[in-house]
Amino acid sequence: MYQTLKGKALKYGDNINTDIISPPQYMELSVEKASAYAMQAVDPAFSARVESGDIFVAGHNLGSGSSRETSPLSLKYLGIAAVVAKSFARIFYRNCINIGLTAIECPETDAIFDGDVLEIDAEQGAIYNVSRAQRYSCGIIPGHIMKIIRSGGLRGLLIKQYGGK
Amino acid sequence: MGKTLSEKLLARAAGAGEVKAGDIIWADVDVAMMDDILGPRVEVAQGMAEIRDHVWDTNKVVIISDHYTPPATIPQAEIVKFTRDWAAAHGIKNYYEFVGPCHQIMVENGHVLPGKLVLGTDSHTCMGGALGAFASGVGSTEMLGILISGKTWLKVPETIKVTWNNKLPGGVMAKDLSLKTISVIGHSGATYKTIEYVGDTIASLPIDERLCICNMAVEMGAKTGIIPADESTLSYLRAQGVKAEMPCLRSDADAEFSASLDFDARTLEPLVACPHAVDNVQPAACCGEVIHQAYLGSCTGGRYYDLAAALKLLKGKKIAKNVRLLVSPASRSIWNQAQSSGILSALSEAGATILAPTCGVCVGVHSGLLAAGECCISASNRNFIGRMGSREARIFLGSPLTVAASAVTGRITDPRELL
Repeated sequence: MYQTLKGKALKYGDNINTDIISPPQYMELSVEKASAYAMQAVDPAFSARVESGDIFVAGHNLGSGSSRETSPLSLKYLGIAAVVAKSFARIFYRNCINIGLTAIECPETDAIFDGDVLEIDAEQGAIYNVSRAQRYSCGIIPGHIMKIIRSGGLRGLLIKQYGGK
Repeated sequence: MGKTLSEKLLARAAGAGEVKAGDIIWADVDVAMMDDILGPRVEVAQGMAEIRDHVWDTNKVVIISDHYTPPATIPQAEIVKFTRDWAAAHGIKNYYEFVGPCHQIMVENGHVLPGKLVLGTDSHTCMGGALGAFASGVGSTEMLGILISGKTWLKVPETIKVTWNNKLPGGVMAKDLSLKTISVIGHSGATYKTIEYVGDTIASLPIDERLCICNMAVEMGAKTGIIPADESTLSYLRAQGVKAEMPCLRSDADAEFSASLDFDARTLEPLVACPHAVDNVQPAACCGEVIHQAYLGSCTGGRYYDLAAALKLLKGKKIAKNVRLLVSPASRSIWNQAQSSGILSALSEAGATILAPTCGVCVGVHSGLLAAGECCISASNRNFIGRMGSREARIFLGSPLTVAASAVTGRITDPRELL
């Protein structure tokens, strides 16, 4: 069963695109190495300040642009446990779910500040802001997507369906 | 209630009698395309090794090494080698390399046909919609699922109907039409939706120009951009030797659209998208920014029609002293065609540097990166911060004519001043 997540918010604005999260010049490197450059166009200190379990919070249109899965993979590698945004670009959203990085659409991310401690309950579609004692309702994630999340991502689901070799 | 073109195409892909916007379907994928940068090397090879050693249908998989060709570094060369070897090991006959951006290779080689569901590991896969296919970008793990099962889930999108009527004025190209549409809808205004382009302007455009329009649908967040297939589409494909029956489907007159926008091509003027967003659009005439690089190329602006248009403006002129004009024809076949007709040598005489067909410049990985403080006018599709090199560089997007005019004057220029 899917566990509730608890972590510290790293807060950014609208239109954080995939070129920002995963700069193309470093994509020839492994995700492990390239992730050091994640977000450098807007926050060069990003990779150094992420701590395992942190929650990436943004405004509208998170992940627009490229289909590059290296964007959510870099965030996940650095320790980001979930991404929360007012709205997502569709390929980025699907990529997050498929690699097992919980992605939650939340209309109220303006109320969340950098450093706030959040609890995310994806099953219930809710975020609790521990630092501010606020609860944000996020809508229920559709069943077919929740099934992928519960499997830890699409690869986990495929292994269940097709078996490992 | 009638059906949109997307509803019709996805009903077919789902093997269902009918579907409606909002439905979640399991669709059979007709063509799965991977490139080098986001193909086998990212999650796919490892996942296949873990789950299954063969793809569901080798005839339905196309792999194209395009972003890192020709490689500029050893890691890039290793990625191309890995992609090539993986394709061979998995019996993928449709493997291409060094011949240009994947989307152009797909449409030139009969891999994108009207009515088909085409998914690829690159966001601009939506370009295939210009031939009446349902074409969209996916991530690498999603591709892993497709390679194993031949299927993926899709939400049937709502459709924004965009109608353009009347003839484009002289000096104005499909790129301007695309930028105008993007400026009105906004860079996330079509998220999860299809943009269907119709109207007599669209119907009269050559396929090269239609491809430019659908290529940029994702710049509005769209799942795809689509133009109903018609006689022009069929002649384009038959000229490539496609013999299959090709349906020319359209949206029903009483189909439900989430929005309908009408534009008059007669009032359109040359436009540029200013840093660092594709919907930050203003008239080219108002810009005047000093440029250091002009780029004519990519899957958006490097087709034969684009090169010919640029040459029409550049013929007998020289580019400005402090500008480099980089030209990368969008495929080897376009390169050869432009070579035979004298376009490439004429562009070179005007001062252009002719490059290999490649994605390298557009995505800033080789063949012409920007230094801090430099400014580029580009016929490509994205001007995000840091995309073509330094994050302190600035990228403006314009039509091939605007790129050519700006290369001549050394500042962003409305091409009508020079035509």
